[in-house]
Amino acid sequence: MSAHETMNLKLIVWRQAGPNQPGRFETYEAKNITPHHSFLEMLDVVNEDLIKAGQEPIAFDHDCREGICGMCSAVVNGVPHGGQQRTTLCQLHMRKFKDGDAIYLEPWRARAFPILRDLVVDRSALDKLIQTAGFVSCHTGGVPDGNAVLVGKPQADYAMDAAECIGCGACVAACPNSAAMLFAGAKVSQLAELPQGQVEAPQRVAAMVQAMADNGFGNCSNHYECEAACPKGIKVKFIARMNREFIKALALEKVGAVNTARLKSE
Amino acid sequence: MILDGKAPTGRIQDTWDKHRFDSLKLVNPANKRKYKILVVGTGLAGGSAAATLAELGYQVEAFAYQDSPRRAHSIAAQGGINAAKAYPNDGDSIYRLFYDTIKGGDFRAREADVWRLAQVSNNIIDQCVAQGVPFARDYAGYLDNRSFGGAQVSRTFFARGQTGQQLLLGAYSALSRQIGLGAVKMFPRTEMLDLVVVDGEAKGITVRDLVTGELRTHVGDAVVLATGGYVNVFYLSTNAMGCSVTANWKAHKKGAYFANPCYTQIHPTCIPQAGDYQSKLTLMSESLRNDGRIWVPKKKEDCNKAPNDIPEEDRDYYLERKYPSFGNLAPRDIASRAAKEQCDEGRGVGPGGRGVYLDFSASIKRLGEGTIRERYGNLFEMYERITDENAYQRPMRIYPAPHYSMGGLWVDYNLQSNVPGLFVLGEANFSVHGANRLGASALMQGLADGYFVIPYTIANYLAQTKPGKVKADHPECLKSVADVKATRDQLLAVNGKKTVTEFMREVGTLMWNDVGMARSEKSLTDALQKLPAIREEFWQNVKVSGSGEELNQQLENAGRTADFIEFAELLTRDALHRKESCGGHFRVESQYPDGEAMRDDANFAYSAAWESKGVGKDPELHKEPLKFENVHLAVRSYK
Ligand SMILES: Cc1cc2nc3c(=O)[nH]c(=O)nc-3n(C[C@H](O)[C@H](O)[C@H](O)COP(=O)(O)OP(=O)(O)OC[C@H]3O[C@@H](n4cnc5c(N)ncnc54)[C@H](O)[C@@H]3O)c2cc1C
Ligand code: FES
Repeated sequence: MSAHETMNLKLIVWRQAGPNQPGRFETYEAKNITPHHSFLEMLDVVNEDLIKAGQEPIAFDHDCREGICGMCSAVVNGVPHGGQQRTTLCQLHMRKFKDGDAIYLEPWRARAFPILRDLVVDRSALDKLIQTAGFVSCHTGGVPDGNAVLVGKPQADYAMDAAECIGCGACVAACPNSAAMLFAGAKVSQLAELPQGQVEAPQRVAAMVQAMADNGFGNCSNHYECEAACPKGIKVKFIARMNREFIKALALEKVGAVNTARLKSE
Repeated sequence: MILDGKAPTGRIQDTWDKHRFDSLKLVNPANKRKYKILVVGTGLAGGSAAATLAELGYQVEAFAYQDSPRRAHSIAAQGGINAAKAYPNDGDSIYRLFYDTIKGGDFRAREADVWRLAQVSNNIIDQCVAQGVPFARDYAGYLDNRSFGGAQVSRTFFARGQTGQQLLLGAYSALSRQIGLGAVKMFPRTEMLDLVVVDGEAKGITVRDLVTGELRTHVGDAVVLATGGYVNVFYLSTNAMGCSVTANWKAHKKGAYFANPCYTQIHPTCIPQAGDYQSKLTLMSESLRNDGRIWVPKKKEDCNKAPNDIPEEDRDYYLERKYPSFGNLAPRDIASRAAKEQCDEGRGVGPGGRGVYLDFSASIKRLGEGTIRERYGNLFEMYERITDENAYQRPMRIYPAPHYSMGGLWVDYNLQSNVPGLFVLGEANFSVHGANRLGASALMQGLADGYFVIPYTIANYLAQTKPGKVKADHPECLKSVADVKATRDQLLAVNGKKTVTEFMREVGTLMWNDVGMARSEKSLTDALQKLPAIREEFWQNVKVSGSGEELNQQLENAGRTADFIEFAELLTRDALHRKESCGGHFRVESQYPDGEAMRDDANFAYSAAWESKGVGKDPELHKEPLKFENVHLAVRSYK
């Protein structure tokens, strides 16, 4: 499609007025959309039309609109973030669609993510995982010089690959079990790879695994949908790493009986 | 009134250490838990402050409008963070970082504050490394550095093209740890809509729960604002959609002075605007200028040609030509203005002729595509996603865009505003960047303020106040909730014809055209005439549907837009009063024959702090004179 053509699309959108209220699909039209519109700018156009027509605009989460804050979140035609590789919804552009397309739009669906309104969900369960153990327990001040502990380039790069996670929750939404293994695995792997995080690695992985169960996330059964949906290309190898770290922790007897059963089932 | 920043005097090298010992009182460990501190904002500045204050034993409540503290706009910073480590052995030092920052800011910042920033910069890197921030390393395992604009040394630490993300996740992890321990109570999806001042001191905030719509006051012994910058006043900017002046503006209306609002930074390397529907502009990190060369065609008739068909001799590498010693790494204000000049002369490229090329072909030839990919791969990907163009094969097109606000609430050396008990950190304050911020220095400032300054300076205030003085049923609290509710109801009651976005676009366009990169007496006077009319129309014709007692994003935006419209007047007024060019503030009447900015130190070597007198009334100007005892006032030259 050339840059000057415009398209009209049909949107079939999940509308829900609030938490615990019934929801339903409603159909809207998106008119005069150019290939350069981002997906969210297309939604802006639809919302402006709705407001002018005296209807409630579609609520959706977004902030940076450059693929880094992890705020945007919607399932497009069954795929979180719309299915363009390594691309968040806000970075998806309408040139990926064509005139007359019908687009289904739904919120993340997972037990751990209650719907707040329309496409907006509550992802605080992910924060809870980090609050439990996703850190190095250092206080401000009194730390050694940045170059005092060397970190090999491969280790730094590996940690960075894991740390690129934006915490959007697409992995959970994509997983048939609503597991947060990719999210947690990335954090566990990042910190276990760096000397600064190694001291607490066994306790961290044990606590993280427990916290996943406590916060309503399911188990991993190796579907790898999470990796496919991840807009940052976080790899499932970090789940494998978390499992290895967990077994190491078991050997060190840092893990309670609950988690032993959990891991063995996988 | 003449304002006093209470900066310590004496040998600059000793100021911070001496001040901490001589002038700052301590709160003893057992007493700390009696004090409650409200921290608004959990970006680099607020997140690091909340975590550190909780570690020290204070009770902390923290607030953010996003659904998680990890999503503050600090997350978007790409290029890096400065520190005076001098690891590359290239002549860097605390003194040089101090000097570069004062000069880069065009001599409009307080020396002692800048010195302190440079001094603690090194601790920041150590702290982040300890948290597990995966900074780039060389093959021997040492921290790697790159260069940024306005410096001739390599002092910028980075984590691929996502430095802000990694630093914020570090601060977020420290904050999360304190939340998990129960030392910080975190309130996400909560927006501050008023500051509560009791007997002249800041003792609380009134917030709206963005999910339920509940309005309530939180009281505390001190309030810390770390709510970021305001360049969304231009509508299109590199800031996130939710960034607003609201928290600062509400505090301003409750007595806090707003300093230098006209100092706004226009970043030279952003993806040009593609159409009217556009909702934001995307930055391409300045670090790209390390390996990219900026040019436009020498001849107007070449502007529509494919860039690779334009021979070398027909290209004008204007930054290298005009500023041979800094070249493509000239400071941001200079690089932005130079780009505008080329485009104004009709030599711009791309839609509407609003773009210049940033060309990597020479670096790719020299270093190989692999190296460039490793350094900037994610930026090239982002560029392609947005423009559908491959920058390995064809130069990027870039254009300046509003990016950062150097102005902000006025604070003294202790980061305390003129309202006792109100502290302001990070981009929200005006403190260290003068009239122009150097690249990679905002992350440094945010973390310096949060980790290493506020923990000391706030103690000095708390040590002199009794904890728990104000309760939530204090008349000022009740009045504050009633006021916020009245404004909310008014927004919902107008039921006019224009959407909030239409108003914001109108104000933003006016601000960009008349109060943007080049400002004149005429354009500013014009804007000052038009703004009150927009404000009045807004309150008669805005359309906000839904109710206040639910998640209502239009209502949120309406409130922010109303504040931006009022604030735009102050920004413009400040720009009009400052009849000189300095840093990001360029007055066309005040330039040298070669087009360089002309400062007027005799008349304007001061920070302008404005006191609100109410909406639609002239604010009162207070001046804080600036003294330069360590860096000599000189014409800022990058030639
Ligand atoms: C695209 C981009 C790239 C950048 N790259 C760099 C770089 O490479 N190096 C560098 O040094 N700087 C860079 N900067 C600048 C730097 O990122 C910011 O100046 C800095 O991160 C600001 O941090 P902060 O903590 O002050 O504010 P922010 O990170 O903006 O945080 C503001 C916080 O306040 C909260 N908040 C705001 N208003 C309210 C309210 N009313 N109620 C409740 N909460 C509120 C928000 O929720 C958020 O938590 C970049 C900026 C942008 C936009
Ligand atoms: S809006 Fe920030 S990642 Fe999409």
